[in-house]
Amino acid sequence: MTTTTAGAAAKGGERINLLKVLGPAHIWGLGVGIVLVGEYMGWNFSVGKGGALASLIACWVIGLLYTCVAMIDSEVTSTVAAAGGQYAQAKHIIGPLMAFNVALYLVMAYTMLEAGNAFVAGDLMKTVAGQLGHENLDSRPFVFLVIAFLAWLNYRGVFMTLTFNFIITAIAFVAIVVLFVTTSPWVPGVAVAHKEFLTGLPYGWIGVIAALQFGMWYYLGIEGTCQAAEECRSAGRSIPLGTITGMVTLIIAASLTWYVAAGLMPWEYLGQAYTPLYDAATIYGNTPLQVFLFIGTLFSTLASANGCINDASRAWFSMGRDRYMPQWFGAVHPRYRTPFRAIVFLIPIALVAAYKLPLDGVITFSILAGLLGYTFMSFNVVRFRKQWPLGTIKRGYIHPFHPLPAVVLFILCIAVYFATFLGYADYLISILVFFIIASFWFAWHRYKFVRRGDQFTMPWPRPKGL
Amino acid sequence: MDIWNIAEYAAWGISGVLVLWMIADMVRVGAEYDEALLLSSREGADELLEQSSATGERT
Repeated sequence: MTTTTAGAAAKGGERINLLKVLGPAHIWGLGVGIVLVGEYMGWNFSVGKGGALASLIACWVIGLLYTCVAMIDSEVTSTVAAAGGQYAQAKHIIGPLMAFNVALYLVMAYTMLEAGNAFVAGDLMKTVAGQLGHENLDSRPFVFLVIAFLAWLNYRGVFMTLTFNFIITAIAFVAIVVLFVTTSPWVPGVAVAHKEFLTGLPYGWIGVIAALQFGMWYYLGIEGTCQAAEECRSAGRSIPLGTITGMVTLIIAASLTWYVAAGLMPWEYLGQAYTPLYDAATIYGNTPLQVFLFIGTLFSTLASANGCINDASRAWFSMGRDRYMPQWFGAVHPRYRTPFRAIVFLIPIALVAAYKLPLDGVITFSILAGLLGYTFMSFNVVRFRKQWPLGTIKRGYIHPFHPLPAVVLFILCIAVYFATFLGYADYLISILVFFIIASFWFAWHRYKFVRRGDQFTMPWPRPKGL
Repeated sequence: MDIWNIAEYAAWGISGVLVLWMIADMVRVGAEYDEALLLSSREGADELLEQSSATGERT
């Protein structure tokens, strides 16, 4: 298509939108794909904070937090089917400043998580090279390769990207199930020995609170499913189905992971291991299982980084489309129908984070940005139900027991802020300062570029009370 | 130089090619297509379409 014809087409009403090709399986692959790496590594730092039992309690408590997130998100997203997910929700339900902040939470959470995953994938390559006799492999080119390849995949089309994610995520999940079955957990003493390794709560109940922060790793990122809403064939069906089945999958994976790892390793070791599931397979002494778990670990990091690129780019694209950021970022590729400029723009940011920031810092920033988003969801849904009560707009899913999930979510978010404050107060304060400065910048400088009438796109009736 | 050194160079090379390909394609698309068309996507296009067909309007 030439410039002239394309221009004429745009003026004549032709539009390029994101491609609507995704189904529930892609949504499952996106949500579980982002998170599953947390079962392979990271969750076990909660063991270091308060012992294995504290980690199990954190697994369940944070599981409750994320169940609330999944239910709330599914309902709101089934009505606001737009790229940007929670950003679009905030824009319609709360207002522009909240939306801007939520979009920044999303971009930061997913880009930092992507950087962390690429770093771990590079480090895995280094470990394997070391085990095969090549010491001091430079992991940087492999970090670059992970980010560049996955960005390229995302650039070329969402269907291929999330089909790839579904496949490698399913393999990584099967690896956890195979590890569980192989260690014959139904016969205590054969491999797992919980009687020996479970030593109560070494730091008491404050250890349980402290464990909540890393308990987030069991599920961090499942809410990313709603970023794909605009690309679903039927968002009202695919988002709730993909998200809720994803949450069930993660609760199963988290429980199996905890059971096997806590039964094979003492908490003092488990609490500081980098690849606990791979270590569990190594301790069990089964080479094919060890290889399978290595593949699972690598695939889970790739799936997570891939999903993060997808989600961060949609959030950035949405801000560009509404002129919250330069409109140039709101472009859709005419052939691949992807937000191609947003995808390319975020590559150097992810690379800098992967090369220059410490891994625990990257992950803590990601957790905190996610947590700020969850806190927003708790009051967002209350306002949503108040302004548009049931029956006033079409909903693909209605979450039960409202407002209980919102209240529980808010209380659990406060508990996790406290847990984070115990270990990473400086990170918590610096991220809050960053968002306050960004908010001032948006309100005083950027918002004048926004076309105020254009940003509210949902054909909803006037909200109650306004 | 062993296979791991070759892998390091290959990873740098492939990454560079992929990034350059994306940048070249991005520049080509920018030059070949009208900016208004590239920026023409609309949030919630389905819902708008549903509403406009119900009211008989064009979006």
